[in-house]
Amino acid sequence: MALRFTRKPENELEKEGRSLEPHAGETEYVCPNCHRTLPETTLDDNQWVCSCGHHFRISARRRIRMLTDEGSFSELFASIESTDPLSFPGYQEKLEKARKASGEKESVVTGTARIDGMEAAIFVMSPEFMMGSMGAATGEKITLLFEYATERGLPVVGWTVSGGARMQEGLMSLMQMAKTSGAVKRHSDRGLLYITVLTDPTTGGVTASFAMEGDIIVAEPGATVGFAGRRVVEQTTMESLPRDFQTSEFILAHGFADIITPRGDEKRMIAELLRFHGGQA
Amino acid sequence: MTAYDKVRTARSTSRPTTQDYIASMFTGFIELHGDRRYRDDEAIIGGLAYLGDKPVTVIGIEKGHDTIERMRRSFGAPEPEGYRKALRLMKQAEKFRRPVVCFVDTSGAYCGIGAEERGQGQAIAENLMEMMALRIPTVSILIGEGGSGGALALAVSDKVWMLENAVYSVISPEGCASILYKDASEAPKAAESLRLTAEDALSLGVAERVISEDGIGTEDFYGRLAEELYGELEALGHETDLPGTRYQRFRAFGR
Ligand SMILES: [Zn+2]
Repeated sequence: MALRFTRKPENELEKEGRSLEPHAGETEYVCPNCHRTLPETTLDDNQWVCSCGHHFRISARRRIRMLTDEGSFSELFASIESTDPLSFPGYQEKLEKARKASGEKESVVTGTARIDGMEAAIFVMSPEFMMGSMGAATGEKITLLFEYATERGLPVVGWTVSGGARMQEGLMSLMQMAKTSGAVKRHSDRGLLYITVLTDPTTGGVTASFAMEGDIIVAEPGATVGFAGRRVVEQTTMESLPRDFQTSEFILAHGFADIITPRGDEKRMIAELLRFHGGQA
Repeated sequence: MTAYDKVRTARSTSRPTTQDYIASMFTGFIELHGDRRYRDDEAIIGGLAYLGDKPVTVIGIEKGHDTIERMRRSFGAPEPEGYRKALRLMKQAEKFRRPVVCFVDTSGAYCGIGAEERGQGQAIAENLMEMMALRIPTVSILIGEGGSGGALALAVSDKVWMLENAVYSVISPEGCASILYKDASEAPKAAESLRLTAEDALSLGVAERVISEDGIGTEDFYGRLAEELYGELEALGHETDLPGTRYQRFRAFGR
């Protein structure tokens, strides 16, 4: 499936795909790339990929349903949730909103699942929870998952979505970059496999820690992947940026991802990689 | 002093920079250049030196003194090659069993097209992972600005010390204010909320020690700091499981 990237979305909201008023009882979405109107059932049938190739952002639970064996997901560390370590003004309200919007307690869901029969520890970040920003609880869940996988000799597969650090947690957010990296390192030193799947968007402190630490880095087509924000780079350099700047295709071309895999083929690819590294169904 | 006064002090161009600390606390410095992959990033200085009778590897982010030097050093904003040079020198230190001392002073990792093309995120990530596992003592001293991941990439150490007026933050107060209040001039307010002063870092456990700035830049000041550092490296030299202890140090945040 070739991705035709006609234009960059104007802003983050547009990129998510606008939802329209329900039509004949069904919610419809406008593809931010080709502007087609798509009924929810059509998107569901196509793993939330438009026929133009645009990959919609999807929730952690939907992704787990789509990419793991039916009924195999067993959630771990579900009770861990953000606190407000700095008593940051307005943060409690923000958290409450994020919890309502996402139905999650934190920006990442962790657990074990089978993929084509093979067991793996998985983490899936959630775009609806403050755009996957990394709070202390996010880092804690990911660290616990790596420790769990290290003890049991399991591979880790992680889907990243993140706007970066969570500024309302200040240094406690920053320290998660070091903490998760340490947990990845210990897992790696035991000879265990870690696959990251970069999805739209993966930026900031998550890019500069566990997203880029996979043995094998898979990226979904057209995802934004980078460290500094596009607008910040634009403002700092005052240069016009290449059209494909900070996309999956761009980072693959520059040597920072292994494979670009369309979502429709993602499960097969991950299963193949797990099997190659000794995964048994 | 308010938190934002400290931010301003930390950024002051009249503060000593990494070169001044190296010249005044160490002897026999031999600078080593380059990441062995692409180029030499002058925003980071590194090399061999003696601390008293102790051979050490010393690495630091350098903002420069005058305008021309500051431009040459990208105002202390390292590109991926700077972080890769730092890691190369740390691995070299590990091979020859000498401790590493890092001086941190940056508003953040360099932000540009080339830096993104050459994997700024990957370079920082690799430092975080590899520093965690170094089998030699590491001490990082924040001497001015500790700007987010770009600072952390030289601060995954056994001990983190901060000068009294140094700051350490996940985002600049201006950046935070423009996101939160849509107004960068609210930075002083954001600076309070971010808890970015040395005292804050100490109470959060992010730093082990706050260094008094009494007589900053004088021979006495450097002598006192060199002595404390020597003592710390001696003590760490007796530890049997540095990577294990270091992991637990960072593991504790947000447990
Ligand atoms: Zn489309």
